[in-house]
This record gives sequence, C-alpha cells and structure tokens, in this order.
Amino acid sequence: MTWNRKHLLDIQSLSAEEIFIVLDTARGFKAVGERAIKTVPALRGKTVVNLFIEPSTRTRISFELAAQRLTADVINFTAEASSLKKGETLKDTARNLEALNADIIIIRHSATGAPHFLSRFLNASVVNAGDGAHEHPTQALLDVFTIREKKGRIEGLNVTILGDILYSRVARSNIWALLKLGAKVTLCGPSTLVPRDFERLGCRITHDVREAIENADIINLLRIQHERQRKTMFPSIGEYASLFGLNRARLALTKPDVLIMHPGPINRGVEIDSSVADCSRSVILEQVTNGLAVRMAVLFLVNGGKGPQEIRA
Amino acid sequence: MFKRTLLLDASDIQRALARMAHEIAERNPASANVVLVGIQRGGVHLARRLSTLLKDVWGHDVTVGALDVNMHRDDLNHRVPPQIHPTSIPFDVTEKNVILVDDVLFSGRTTRAAMDALNDFGRPRAIQLAVLVDRGHRELPIKADFVGKNVPTSLQERINVALNEEDGEDAVHLERQ
Repeated sequence: MTWNRKHLLDIQSLSAEEIFIVLDTARGFKAVGERAIKTVPALRGKTVVNLFIEPSTRTRISFELAAQRLTADVINFTAEASSLKKGETLKDTARNLEALNADIIIIRHSATGAPHFLSRFLNASVVNAGDGAHEHPTQALLDVFTIREKKGRIEGLNVTILGDILYSRVARSNIWALLKLGAKVTLCGPSTLVPRDFERLGCRITHDVREAIENADIINLLRIQHERQRKTMFPSIGEYASLFGLNRARLALTKPDVLIMHPGPINRGVEIDSSVADCSRSVILEQVTNGLAVRMAVLFLVNGGKGPQEIRA
Repeated sequence: MFKRTLLLDASDIQRALARMAHEIAERNPASANVVLVGIQRGGVHLARRLSTLLKDVWGHDVTVGALDVNMHRDDLNHRVPPQIHPTSIPFDVTEKNVILVDDVLFSGRTTRAAMDALNDFGRPRAIQLAVLVDRGHRELPIKADFVGKNVPTSLQERINVALNEEDGEDAVHLERQ
C-alpha cells in the first residue's frame, strides 16, 4: 500500500491503511527532531504557504516549523494583514499564491469545506489545518499517533471524548480516525453540546461523566470554545467545571494507566484541573511534539502524492 | 512472467560476507575506530552480520547503526512517497571510519543520499562503502570499496536480495521480465 493523495482534506475519506502510512512515516520524522541537526532536505526548494484565515498560533507554528525542518520555504499569510480585508475572495487569494509557485497551501478557515473548495482548482497540494466545525485532520492524526506510541495499539481501546463536541472539528476528525482504526468511542458532555446524531457514526453517548471515564483507556478533553458559541449552551463556566471538569476526585475513578489528552490551549480550572493537566498521566505536551512529526509526515506525503513531475529549475 | 536466475545462495552470501569482513579488517588497522552503518532495510541486516564476522577477526564488538536515506533522496518528485524506516545512529560518527553497508549498488543515488544524511550526524574521518551486489549502471561518481559480487546487468533486469531476517531465506536472484 502506497500513499498517492495530493491533498489532505479530511480524515473521513482516508482508509485505515492510509492513516497507518501517515503514522509510520511520522515515526521516522519524530526521530529527526531529536538530532543535533533537526532538518532534512526532503522538501528542499518547495514553497509552503500557511493560509490562515482564522486565527491560530499553535497549529500555524507547528506547520511552519514542520515545513522548515523539511527545508521548505514558508510564507505565513494571516487574514488580518491581507487583501481579504480589502474584499479579495478566497479563490483569488489562493490563485495569487499559486501564481507565486506555491507547492503546498495549508489552509485554516472558519467555513466548512474551504480546503475542498481550493483543491478543486489549485495545482498546489492543499492541507486542511481546520475548517469550521468540520475537520482538523492533523490534530486527529497526532492524537492517534500519541495513543499508538503510548499504548502500542489503537484497536479495542476505549476512548472518551469529553467536552464541546458540537462545535469541535477536533472531535469529528478524532471520531473518524478512531473508529476507522477500531477503537470504541464514547462522547460525553452537556446534552446541548453532545448531539444524539453522533450515535449514527457509531459512537456511544452519555451525559454521566463517571460512567464515561471509568472504563476509558484514553480521555481526550476538549476546550469549551467561547468564540464559537453563538448562544449559551450551558448556564455557567463554573457549573460546567463542577459537572464535567476533570479534577483529582474524578481522576481517582479512572483506570490507573489512563492517558489524559487535550488538543490545547487548555483552560485550567474549566475542563481540566491544574493538577490533572500536570500529572504523570497527562500527555498534553507530548501531543505537541508529536504534532510536529505528524505534520512533517503529512507535508512529505502530499508532496510526493502528486506523482511524477518535472523538476523545477 | 519473471525469469529468475539464482546468483548467490545462502553459503555464497556467507562466504562473500566473510571475505568482505577480512578486506575491511585489512583496510582498517585502527579497528576500534570502525563503525558500521546499514542502509534501511537490507543493508542493516548485512551490517549486523558483518559486525559479528568482524568481532571474530578483531576480538571486540563493532557498533552498528541504521540509516534511512529517503528524506535525503534527490528523486522524491519522481516516485510515490517511499516508506520511512527508523534511523538509529546511537554513537557520534565524528572522526570515525564509517563503513556504509547496502545490499545492492545501482545508480549510486542511495549512497549519495546516505553520505548527505550521515553529514547531519557529524564529520566522519572516512566513509567506505560495502555492498553485497554491484550491478553497475552508475549515474554518479561513486565506487564501492568492498563488493560481495559484481553482476553485469541490463536495465530491464532486477536484482532481488532475500535475507533470512526479513524473508526467511538467504538468496540473491536476477529477475527478468
């Protein structure tokens, strides 16, 4: 089985084999970050554009560093400082970037499907760095990479995703990846943020935290996204923390080898207690390290996935 | 389909490696300074075997590393993305005599990539190249120092190296469509 995709748009359309190719490739790239010289020439002479129409710091920095470690040239493009403010359309912006011979365009956008839209008319590779509440594929890939590295497998594990599922692209991408790889997924949170519809994907849904975390091998906590909530979905942050926050008392109910994950940025005292975030079962910072390796792997694979092409002088 | 000709059987491979180990020992009197670096995948197994053989000659262990050169290839635009295997060089190569080990020497591009990759780990005193089969058709000015067998081939032919560690048998075949 080989990788022959030019774009990474979502997890939904990937096969389990393709996900494993990314994970295996990322393992090799993780080792590069541990060397004295942390760069390899795999994307030498390529131009990577970070087209971030929606604000992001950690994902953009992770992609930027990933591209640099592959020796690509990187341009950062943010909505605030761009001609999108002057009324240029996304399509025109992307076409202009391609006119500068961009090879890979990494896009974050508040609209679902924006990366898919670009991929229909660009010759460059398109990588989805988060589109609306739809998908955030590299986050899911780094999460399953971390789980596999820590647990040695993914199949058969009980994974609980706790928090704001409704507005979360991380949740959707994780659900696709975990189910494809054979994990059992439980979703938990306030009923307003965990719609029953997700049962149709093959997830179990509960609103009882104790039940959700008791048998979990992995607890993936999601941030309460104030910026995405148009109306109040629960009475107060304090109430959310007391009913659904992962604190010491709740941690005591979990399996002794449970992994605590969080895509960041964490809200200490809301979805996760400070002492839990810093405890030995938390792999939150390792997720950041693995994110870099996974994004290097994705850039490497989509660049090669274009198939034979002319060498540019 | 494929017409297969056996070039080396298990005992041929064993004899070739034993001879190469002696040649390596002859060329490198400062034995403590020698490290072996196998190129993934086949080269790593061969490097381990050479290490065992050299231990018999020298009476001390010879360190083995593994190198995946795919991130350093110059033909990434011409092929589907290659599988990346672990690189593990658990020692400093600076001032060492590094023996690169590969199963087949063909265009020389893998060797060039390996020398580039090795550069990122330090500055060896010397790099030598050991290959089980040299099939010719070099595209770069690269030459092996230690060769198990020279096999003149045509570009339509393929060399298939099977090793016990991976394939359950030791054999080198020439395949022709």
